[in-house]
Amino acid sequence: MSQRVAVTGLGVVAPGAIGTENFWSLLAEGRTATRRITFFDPAPFRSQVAAEIDFDPAEMGFSPREIRRMDRFAQLCVVAAREAVADSGADFANADPYRVAVVIGSAVGATMSLDSEYRIVSDSGRSWLVDHDYGSPRLYEQLVPSSMAAEVAWLVDAQGPVTVVSTGCTSGIDAVAYGAEIIRDGRADLVIAGASDAPISPITLACFDAIKATTPRNDTPAEASRPFDNTRNGFVLGEGAAVLVLESVAHARRRDATIHGEIAGFASAANAYHMTGLRKDGYEMAHAITTALAEARVSPASVDYVNAHGSGTKQNDRHETAAFKKSLGSAAYNVPVSSIKSMIGHSLGAIGSLEIVASILAMKHNVVPPTANLQHPDPECDLDYVPRTAREHRTDVVLTVGSGFGGFQSAMVLTSGRHDER
Amino acid sequence: MSDKVVVTGIGLLTANGLNTEDVWSATLSGRSGLATISRFDADQYPARIAGEVSGFVPEQHIPGRLIPQTDHMTRMALAAAEGAVRDAKVDLTNLPEFGAGVVTAATAGGFEFGQRELENLWSKGPEHVSPYQSFAWFYAVNTGQISIRHGLKGPAGVLVGDQAGGLDAVAQARRQVRKGLELMITGGADSALCPWGWVAQLASNRISRAAEPDRAYLPFDGRACGYVPGEGAAMLVLRPAAGRDVVPAEAYGEIAGHAATFDRRSAAGTSPALRKAIEIALADASLTPGEIDVVFADGHAVRGLDDAEAAAVADVFGARRVPVTVPKTMVGRLYSAGPVLDLALALLAIRDGVIPPTVNSTPDPDHVLDLVLGEPRAQQLSTALVLARGYGGFNSAMVVKSMEG
Repeated sequence: MSQRVAVTGLGVVAPGAIGTENFWSLLAEGRTATRRITFFDPAPFRSQVAAEIDFDPAEMGFSPREIRRMDRFAQLCVVAAREAVADSGADFANADPYRVAVVIGSAVGATMSLDSEYRIVSDSGRSWLVDHDYGSPRLYEQLVPSSMAAEVAWLVDAQGPVTVVSTGCTSGIDAVAYGAEIIRDGRADLVIAGASDAPISPITLACFDAIKATTPRNDTPAEASRPFDNTRNGFVLGEGAAVLVLESVAHARRRDATIHGEIAGFASAANAYHMTGLRKDGYEMAHAITTALAEARVSPASVDYVNAHGSGTKQNDRHETAAFKKSLGSAAYNVPVSSIKSMIGHSLGAIGSLEIVASILAMKHNVVPPTANLQHPDPECDLDYVPRTAREHRTDVVLTVGSGFGGFQSAMVLTSGRHDER
Repeated sequence: MSDKVVVTGIGLLTANGLNTEDVWSATLSGRSGLATISRFDADQYPARIAGEVSGFVPEQHIPGRLIPQTDHMTRMALAAAEGAVRDAKVDLTNLPEFGAGVVTAATAGGFEFGQRELENLWSKGPEHVSPYQSFAWFYAVNTGQISIRHGLKGPAGVLVGDQAGGLDAVAQARRQVRKGLELMITGGADSALCPWGWVAQLASNRISRAAEPDRAYLPFDGRACGYVPGEGAAMLVLRPAAGRDVVPAEAYGEIAGHAATFDRRSAAGTSPALRKAIEIALADASLTPGEIDVVFADGHAVRGLDDAEAAAVADVFGARRVPVTVPKTMVGRLYSAGPVLDLALALLAIRDGVIPPTVNSTPDPDHVLDLVLGEPRAQQLSTALVLARGYGGFNSAMVVKSMEG
């Protein structure tokens, strides 16, 4: 690895928290943002809870045309990107535009628009030969999620590599890792990298209902997301966006930027087993973790915090716990592990980037966010999951992981930059 | 140690052929697969010509249990990946456990599958939606299914950049091989040839409304009236030239250079960013413009886009200084698979010393590009440049090189 990659800008739009500071308050206080769905009547669905964002695009400064043009996942992403760009203090206006890149992750793109547009052109499913006369002029952009990366590129006049990474639920980690590779390859000076998803639509609910992946705990929505708890019975769908500004440490130092943390290692692996199923032993995720630690030159014992995928499905929680034990050995029992999905739900492709920001904030504050709602530990999940209350804890090295459909497993190591001195 | 990354296997499936050699011989003989849509009744739509793949029997290529859980485009992706692996003559079980991975590009996802499930949802209710909808339509499905089918546990990747994404995926696969992977399967597959996908494509205002297949897709021609969408899959096997059991002399060629850029929003009618992508890709390949033997153009057949592409090529190479071709005039634009098909055709052109033609277009005789029209052109080739542009301003350029070069 030739270049160290610094994170110099952060931006977040999360359930219960717009803006990085609000996001951190929510996590540190262990508040949950899950609720009964308000976007539409969820009564016909098995799972009726989600982590929704109270987000008014007009209030966020979007013009009527921009609102028409951008699906909600693009709006969330642009707001997060604006904050990250401002936070970085980088002078994009005077940067070489061919040296500015954009990498955005998303699992399902403009799924809300596609769902509602389909209803119109098909007249609520009455016609297979859908009617183009009723189609939105923006339908093609909605078909292809790269349109969102374009919106972010326009913010800063980026003319370097611009792309969307769409590896399902690992998109948010993979997009930031891809951005870091662009820096290491020397192809860009500044990269805007992050992820966004706004999947809370009837079609998404229906398909997760069909495989019983989401929780039917509809009576107590605020306590519905319960990773590692013995009573958990599925994840809570969420939405959100998180965006980072990346550059080489050398570049950041040259312009005297505040370095929030560094991306020290990354690896991904596939289980080559099943599109939605996981083998219990966590073997492939363990391999990704071991490889990412090696790239970061970090030993298992020096990991201060593990930001878990922790989706709250029995299958995931056990798979992941096994992976931590296999890759970290005895250190797995000493390191705090937590899942912020307990508070903000699972926003599919976005969550990986939100978890990276949460990890960086944990290092900044030396506080580990809790796993909310963890009251009755699953006996098969016997690590320290930081139940319910955040914990003060010196944190300079964080491991964050993701696991998703397709069998994809990703692991990233983040460092504070202070650990050199420790 | 050489960090050369070479292509050792090709798998193709297009409207003019169901395997690589069929596609190649059809392309050299100028056989077009464009026709009036047959998959659904397109009478009511303003555009009716597409490059449909016909005669493809998925059961001959993939296990029966995969049929109910896959969209048409995933079946094509699996068939093309299998073809590429077979062509590469590699024993996948002989590679390190995590030494092989998959990176594909996607544009639309499994849209026909998605339309059927949306119809179930809205006409019958949520309990009628297939459990496979949770992954059959999404952009990552092809990478996942290929990884599972071939037991590939290395890094998995998926990129979306409309047509440009295809080259970006191959570039990411090259990066993985350079980082130490023994093998990557890479490419793209797309098909949005269902009514719902068709209506979404019509909204781009770039789809040809011509009634006759041979008048429908005319890049760089004064009569250009938009492009014809196609469907298909194009997959490559990438290996390190110095890899286990790799015989460099048997490889098709080297992925020598790549660059991606993005157009300024206000850059109407020009594309300095496309020119920049060409320049960076050439520099990445350590080649000068004079050393490029042929250009496979993006060829949108949308007037302003064609003019901008022609200007970018002429600026870098000089007017009519390099042969240019658009063989996708025979199969339509395949979105994520489009430029990967062009890469494959470029490698086959280098192998056989012949440039495949552009069909139907008749640009002005003094057009700034030297287009290879109607007939293939025999010529010794050792390098090729492939260009791809995606809706919204995405540009990607890739250079391939013969093994002798």
